[in-house]
Amino acid sequence: MDAVRVENLVKEYGPIKALRGISFRIAPQILFAFLGPNGAGKTTTIRILSGLTRPTAGRAFFFDVDVFGEPVKAKRLAGLVPQTINLDLELTLYENLLIHGLLFGLSQREIRRRAEELLTFADLLPRKNHKVRTLSGGMRRRLLIIRALLHQPKILFLDEPTVGLDPHIRRRLWGLIKRIQQRGTTIFLTTHYIEEAEFLADRVAFIDRGQIVIEDTPKALIARLGEFAVDVVKEEGLETKYFRNREEAEKFALELSGQSQTITIRRVNLEDAFVYFTGRKV
Amino acid sequence: MKGFVAVYLRELLIIWHRLPRMLLSFSVSPTLYLVAFGFGLGKELQVGGRPYLEFLIPGLIAASSMTQGFGINVEINVARFYLKVFEEFQAAPISNLAYVLGEILSGVTRALLSVGVILLITSLAGVHFFYGPGFWAGVILNAFIFASLGVTSAMIIKSHADQALVTNFIITPMAFLGGTFFPIENMPAPVQLLLKALPLTHAARLIRQAAYGEGLRWGSLALLVLLAALGLLLAYHSVDRAKD
Repeated sequence: MDAVRVENLVKEYGPIKALRGISFRIAPQILFAFLGPNGAGKTTTIRILSGLTRPTAGRAFFFDVDVFGEPVKAKRLAGLVPQTINLDLELTLYENLLIHGLLFGLSQREIRRRAEELLTFADLLPRKNHKVRTLSGGMRRRLLIIRALLHQPKILFLDEPTVGLDPHIRRRLWGLIKRIQQRGTTIFLTTHYIEEAEFLADRVAFIDRGQIVIEDTPKALIARLGEFAVDVVKEEGLETKYFRNREEAEKFALELSGQSQTITIRRVNLEDAFVYFTGRKV
Repeated sequence: MKGFVAVYLRELLIIWHRLPRMLLSFSVSPTLYLVAFGFGLGKELQVGGRPYLEFLIPGLIAASSMTQGFGINVEINVARFYLKVFEEFQAAPISNLAYVLGEILSGVTRALLSVGVILLITSLAGVHFFYGPGFWAGVILNAFIFASLGVTSAMIIKSHADQALVTNFIITPMAFLGGTFFPIENMPAPVQLLLKALPLTHAARLIRQAAYGEGLRWGSLALLVLLAALGLLLAYHSVDRAKD
């Protein structure tokens, strides 16, 4: 049984087609990433699956529960970490968790126990009774993530969870996300950071202009291009060629070495795959 | 049920964290009205054989329960457009009814707090009324009706700025014309007809008559109950409109 199954999801805002009939499946306990530029349809997909936005057409299931037919049941299975930090700044960390727990039908005793556990997990326990207003951006992000975990969702939606954070905090959050996955949660992540998808994701789907262009494991997507790339800086811009191995790449670079061009040999990465398959930069 | 508790508790916690500021702000307008219209302008005036101050205070109570009940819309707007906390409610497995009831009751709670402040100022001014079931029924029903309208308007509007229009064109005129500061019988007959259609007029009459110890105005009470049920229905149906 798939953790998430989406069939022909369409979202139109008047004449604008935000999603043009996307379909995908996510197996349980894997981390699935949607990678795409701003406006590609990543957030729209998450908003629809979380019940914040109505779809124009299409179907979705969480562990065979019809997301649009049985929204209350489906919402119990999912946790949402939105792109915008939507915490109550005037309330304390614990009060924010308490409200979330009650919204998801937990008992006060259960909330207290889970809150202590999760605040410890995210290194926030000493700030438990502080107002959210006093937290740094990174701390607020961590609180946002553990709040979504309070009711022990089977699926966690992370919408651009590290956007706007400095690299040090971003890496700390990656560690937290990996640990959440190791605890058995299926994760659906959207990002426009290539390295984030490459580091975290078991499977990646490239989304562009409301359509999924290709979906596979990061390794397989990279392997479709080759192992090595040669970047050639020309007057008209950067040109990249892909090769199966280093020998072929070096032979090509040698052929060009007589010309006054800057040539770089490097390993193929996920960004190459994205540019190759979508024809666009992230 | 827990969904309703969560929504209501969130508002109560916000009230709790802001309580001193809130009580202080609740006391500003009624104090000014009492000083200006009650002690200043109305010192020598009589309405229906009673000092004007005794006419004014129940009207102020009705107006205050209306504005504070309706004022929940500001909190919802902040939660929806600025803090985005409304999305937390939308993503939660709770019914629209649980959400709406939680917000309406928090509007009623704010209204009761503001009325409490007026009663405190009133007792300090040496004015005493009857605070029986009729009085509290009027206050609570009035706050419930306008909190429902507050929730509805907060769900329908598309931006924070639109909310000011609703307040300026509906709530503020009603606060002045709904039997708060003068008996509507002083107005020309066609205007009277219009003013009698306002819920605040009936709330002010119900509260005033009960405060004077002259019994219940059953007609006004029945109308307010009906309007409260209609308001709840409107608010309930407005929640889905907030989804894009």
